Amino acid sequence: MSAIVAFRDVWYRVSNRDVLRGLDFEVAAGETLALVGPSGSGKTTAVKMVNGLVFPTRGEVLVEGRSTTAWDLIRLRRRVGYVIQEVGLFPHWTVARNAGLVPRLEGASPAVVEERVRQLLAEVGLDPTRFAGRYPRELSGGERQRAGVARALAADPPLLVFDEPFGALDPVTRLELQRQFLALRGTLHKTAIFVTHDVREALLVGTRVGLLEEGRLVFVAPPEEFAASPDPRVRPFLACLDWKLEA
Amino acid sequence: MRSALAGEIASLSLEHLRLVGVAVVIAAAAGISAGVLMTRRAGLRPWALGFANVVQTVPSLALFGFLIPVPLIGGIGQRTATVALVLYALLPILRNTLAGILGVDPAVRESALAMGMTDRQLLWQVELPLAARTIFAGVRVATVTTIGTATIAAAIGAGGLGVFIFRGVASVDTAQILAGAVPAAAMALAADGVLGWIERKLSPAA
Repeated sequence: MSAIVAFRDVWYRVSNRDVLRGLDFEVAAGETLALVGPSGSGKTTAVKMVNGLVFPTRGEVLVEGRSTTAWDLIRLRRRVGYVIQEVGLFPHWTVARNAGLVPRLEGASPAVVEERVRQLLAEVGLDPTRFAGRYPRELSGGERQRAGVARALAADPPLLVFDEPFGALDPVTRLELQRQFLALRGTLHKTAIFVTHDVREALLVGTRVGLLEEGRLVFVAPPEEFAASPDPRVRPFLACLDWKLEA
Repeated sequence: MRSALAGEIASLSLEHLRLVGVAVVIAAAAGISAGVLMTRRAGLRPWALGFANVVQTVPSLALFGFLIPVPLIGGIGQRTATVALVLYALLPILRNTLAGILGVDPAVRESALAMGMTDRQLLWQVELPLAARTIFAGVRVATVTTIGTATIAAAIGAGGLGVFIFRGVASVDTAQILAGAVPAAAMALAADGVLGWIERKLSPAA
């Protein structure tokens, strides 16, 4: 399988600190790489390099074989569905207008956008007749995050980047959205990078799980292997869900 | 006699309003454009804000006086007065434009960029609508203060309600002073009310 995303010895230095130190990995078509790591390990910086919100100080990030510095940034960003913890819905727009943003920017006709939005909202579990006309402030945290996912999926981007998307949600809602993500992944066949600090979430959503520590990827393996790893760098992360593994 | 005074109040009020209107429109166009530019070029901020701040500290009567000998914009009359009023009105508009746009939630701005909006789309579709209320509040403050400051414009022959006030001061005639001051105060209150109403109608930044 060809790599959709490739990090090649990526370094990132900001205010005299190396946030990324020689990050090197590939994400193949159709897989979901879940990145876990403690705060400050460089997870967010790394994924912002995929859609050109941040650029490496050294090394390069290739998306579909082309360096992010060589991409037309607007084109690149519209090919990457991006969801962040704070969601960042446009507060002055309805859910429908938010979700239809990228198709509209791409010049789709209003009728096409409307149909697409209806389908998207249903896909992420928001009843279009109830939610299309609402404003973000009228939504719960979980509904807001669903709308954010709908917006990210709108132009049917081949690549998804999720940065702690469910981090601020209560456990019940979080589990619902994780399930929704898995269901969507099953039907849409997307390639995805999913950042989280929750190992359980990483093991659930990832087809491979990578551990990031101080700007380096120190361990990557499929979830079963990751969960069973005796690696001393992985153990502390797994320790926090031991009670669950035994159950 | 009575109707002659009423007529003069009406015509000077109109002149006053025109002076203020022209100055505020120019200041809004310049201030909002400069404010937007400053959100794109952080290096300009201290210079532009410093300039607007310094202008604000110059006593208004002195500023009108300073401008008289300046070629092209100076001289006696309305043009000079308009220039001075624009300079005064600039600061609140500039400051609120900057505050409004920089106050947009960083997550919203990041999302806009990540969705592939161009800088122009980000500005027109996201930043300006979300900052509209704050920017308009700056225009309202500028308008209200300009109505007051414009009374001094009469000192350099620009007309307006200040004519009554200067005449009244010179002849120690309280009635004349009131003939200028009361309509000016009423105009300021009315402008504040009307513009405040529009401001509240602008889409609230959730």
